[in-house]
Amino acid sequence: MSSKKKMAWNAGLIVALLVLLFVLEQMMPPGSMFLTVLKKGAIYALVAVSMNLLNGFTGLFSLGQAGFMLLGAYTYAILTIPVESRESVYQYFDGGIVQFTVPVPVALIAGGILAGFFAYLIGLPVLRLKSDYLAIATLGFAEIIRAVFQWDKLGPLTNGSNLLRSFPSFKSVLYPFVVSGICITLIVLLINSTYGRAFKAIRDDEIAAEAMGINLAHHKRLAFVISSFFAGVSGGLLAMYQTTIQASMFKSAMTYEILLIVVIGGIGSVTGSCISSFLFIACSEWWLRFLDNENLYLGGFHVPFLRPGFRKVVFAVVIMAVVLFYRQGIMGTKEFSVEGIANFFKRRFSGKKAVKGGGSHE
Amino acid sequence: MKKRVLAMALVAAMAGTMLTGCGGGNGGNADSSSNTGTEAPAADGAKVVKIGVYEPASGDNGAGGKQEVLGMQYANKMTPTVEIGGEEYNVQLEIVDNESSNDKGPSAASSLVGAGVSVVLGSYGSGVSIAASDVFKEAGIPAIGVTCTNPQVTEGNTHYFRICFLDPFQGTVLANFANAEFSAKKAYILTKQGDDYSKGLGHYFQKAFEELGGEVETNEFPDGNTDFNSYITAAKNAGAEVFFAPVSTEAAANIIEQAATQELGIPLMAGDTWDSNVILNAAKGKNVQIYVSTFYQEGGNADFDKGFKEFLNSDSTAKTNNGGDDTISAVSAMGHDAYYVALEALKAAGSTDPAAVNEALWKVTYSGVSGNIAFDDVNGDARRDTAYVKCANTESGAWDFVAEQGVN
Amino acid sequence: MEWITRNLPYLLAGISVGGQYALIAIGYTMVYGILRLINFAHGDIFMVAGLILVYATTAMPIYIAIPLMIVATVLLGFLVERAAYKPLRSAPRMSIMISAIGVSYLLQNMALYVTGGLSQQYPQIPWISDTVTVFGATTKRVTLITPVLTIILVVALVLLIKKTKIGMAMRAASKDFETSQLMGIKINSVISMTFVIGTFLAAIGSLLFFTNYTGVTPTVGAMPGLKAFVAAVFGGIGSIPGAVIGAFIIGICENIIKGLGWTNFSDAFTFALLIVILFVKPTGLFGEKATDKV
Repeated sequence: MSSKKKMAWNAGLIVALLVLLFVLEQMMPPGSMFLTVLKKGAIYALVAVSMNLLNGFTGLFSLGQAGFMLLGAYTYAILTIPVESRESVYQYFDGGIVQFTVPVPVALIAGGILAGFFAYLIGLPVLRLKSDYLAIATLGFAEIIRAVFQWDKLGPLTNGSNLLRSFPSFKSVLYPFVVSGICITLIVLLINSTYGRAFKAIRDDEIAAEAMGINLAHHKRLAFVISSFFAGVSGGLLAMYQTTIQASMFKSAMTYEILLIVVIGGIGSVTGSCISSFLFIACSEWWLRFLDNENLYLGGFHVPFLRPGFRKVVFAVVIMAVVLFYRQGIMGTKEFSVEGIANFFKRRFSGKKAVKGGGSHE
Repeated sequence: MKKRVLAMALVAAMAGTMLTGCGGGNGGNADSSSNTGTEAPAADGAKVVKIGVYEPASGDNGAGGKQEVLGMQYANKMTPTVEIGGEEYNVQLEIVDNESSNDKGPSAASSLVGAGVSVVLGSYGSGVSIAASDVFKEAGIPAIGVTCTNPQVTEGNTHYFRICFLDPFQGTVLANFANAEFSAKKAYILTKQGDDYSKGLGHYFQKAFEELGGEVETNEFPDGNTDFNSYITAAKNAGAEVFFAPVSTEAAANIIEQAATQELGIPLMAGDTWDSNVILNAAKGKNVQIYVSTFYQEGGNADFDKGFKEFLNSDSTAKTNNGGDDTISAVSAMGHDAYYVALEALKAAGSTDPAAVNEALWKVTYSGVSGNIAFDDVNGDARRDTAYVKCANTESGAWDFVAEQGVN
Repeated sequence: MEWITRNLPYLLAGISVGGQYALIAIGYTMVYGILRLINFAHGDIFMVAGLILVYATTAMPIYIAIPLMIVATVLLGFLVERAAYKPLRSAPRMSIMISAIGVSYLLQNMALYVTGGLSQQYPQIPWISDTVTVFGATTKRVTLITPVLTIILVVALVLLIKKTKIGMAMRAASKDFETSQLMGIKINSVISMTFVIGTFLAAIGSLLFFTNYTGVTPTVGAMPGLKAFVAAVFGGIGSIPGAVIGAFIIGICENIIKGLGWTNFSDAFTFALLIVILFVKPTGLFGEKATDKV
């Protein structure tokens, strides 16, 4: 397929998807689990892709994602809580010190910028570290950020460790899809640019990349800042989805979850990360919930072992199985595309023909 | 190649399940993969009304949440049907676990919405209630807070009700008690970071205590902390006369243990969360004084006490969920009352439609085991003016009744 | 004197917690030394050790329960290595680290399931749970025993590594993994032995830790685990004395910070310390300089 045709196909697919979502949303009762999973899945897809940009495409093993999401979420919330609600939200801090609001898109971008700015500062020292040391240092930074945001002295700004709420949220499932979609498209464009190729060169062999004339420090920092920017935006979206946020949500467990999504989807595959984030959220929030039901009957048979928590055990076993036996994840390093599907079916089809008729090869 | 096939199969499976899932969810009833019912299908073919139970079964507040659910399950066992608009309905409890976590809570709440409940009970813990409030609001489903005492749960909305007293009241009661009983002039307040219940109650206690001319020193501990030695040392060094720690039972067990080790020597005080056998077990045989304020005092309603104990002793799972013995927690009594309030609302509404139930709730009155319940017209908070103060008997491992306290 | 009674409890708590971190940190540092793997599941194995004792004491007397707990924990450590790390030996390092995160997730969720999400009360252990008074500060005897026991165990471990054949094999494997294989060292048994020693010490550590902090919850191992890892990095990963000294420094600093009223930052401080040390001396206090090979 020519690249023009490919683009047309992709654009058509995206429009079809959005229309489908719109129709589904009209048909379903509000608050149905399906829509919830779609909303949260779209947000996690963005943060998973942003983590993949670092871990999968640049080879920087960073575990700071939760910290950057926190920055984005807090920036968004602080800038958008309506002035009249501040008195009740910042009840222990006399309404807080921020007494203005900005439009939602501005706040989302501001969250991203703040996360990116912090990433720049943090990146100056830590990006010199190698693999595991980088991982543990970024994890440490995320924890430090969390502690700072919970600090009582910053209460007038951050409301201490208390909930932030009353900020605008989205109703339609289209919102997170559109925002995440735009952001992911930007990331894909970046990956396909010369910068993206430089990132991949760094991932494959740092020393060789440097020898080729790639400025290591510059490119690593760029990848780190961009990834954090999008993590910040997704943090803002997450705040919108949750309707309340609190620093204690953004623990290292959250980063691990995102990392697992990236791994299940395939390290180095954007579409893999997207698909696996929907699968991951659906499994953890929805499909396996019946396993927590103590009195589940299957045709009069009382299913044993079921009680709250069993769902998570099953889920963890599934994840271990993927990590151990299916190391490439769903997509490996490949991408899901129209062309891929077309080729896939063509091959299947022609393969069958070959058996029957014994002719026609491509 | 093989992997690709598998990958495709997985994707197809995902798409398939998602679509079947939404097909089922369309009719407003529980689809195949959500938390379906707690009972085998009713034999008599009566209609079913679903009451959602949004409570923690794990995490910090798991122990308390389970006890609250037990109260509802007991009430459900006693009164499994309700007459709505002249028809007999079977009441089915839809129980989800909000994991005591403000970020997992909303999804658990969504699954209740998806199951098509008419009204929601819960939760134990104020933070999770606030976090899920908008989910219920959007779906137009009313919620009845059982033991979430933070004012923010019901403030400024019309769908969240509450049957217990509030923190400003409870904090004042406890401050009065500390002042009157121990003539305390200095209090050490330890709260948990990011826990709305803890911060709120600590705040109101501090306010009331300072108004009485007392002095306070406050500190907070982060989530997951198990080492309370330094706080206890700090309280000792500050010369505090009471140690006020409105925290979850999980942290409380550690605090009690370490306070006993360090021979703290001053009374430990806390709010309703500490009214739990977790505390009694931790305190048994130790040199500590513990005072708590609570909603219900065992012995307040003999029928309920007897019936509930029988229920616990007849069901090993229930007993395990109650912490392994048959001590009655106030939250169980509150759960019991909340269930009946929901039934009253359903009766008054004459329909299972959440909007009608919401409308009817404003007028509901019910005389429960924990006292009379009627909602005010502003926020939907129950008018409550008494709290019970109890003291842990470290020899027998039971609660001793100390005082019935109101605000003067 | 007054000053001592006021502040001694902080120091005692610091030394005691430092000793407990040290016992966990050794497991991290040894595994990292050989496999270059941050064993994220180590902290959770420590938590499981606590749970095993809680359940064991309901069925048997404590003097049988404790050895049983240690054996079961060691077995768990061994099994985790065989099941989750061995199949990935030739895989990229990131895969094996993710596998470690997966194991940690699995252990926490299994603990959540078994305990029903409730905090379990650790049993009283005779003698070491008793209260004693030191210079006017009251504490449990375990606080005083921990540093002594830690030092004894570390000395024994260092002797094991310096003097025995398996110790020599461990040193060889951590120096150069592939060459040591070529030299006829049975690498799998060396790695298993490393895990056995690491989990044994974690089991002892859990005994001491939970005697002081008696609530066992599914996530209780995560923070001590992370801090112990930081201690291992701080002291120079791969170095046992380094890990022990790092652990004591972190334990004591953490409690001093709490004593100063900066409790909010006691965890953050640990990580700040880590970042500073990585910045100033990337190999830690006693670490060996690693060179990049093209």
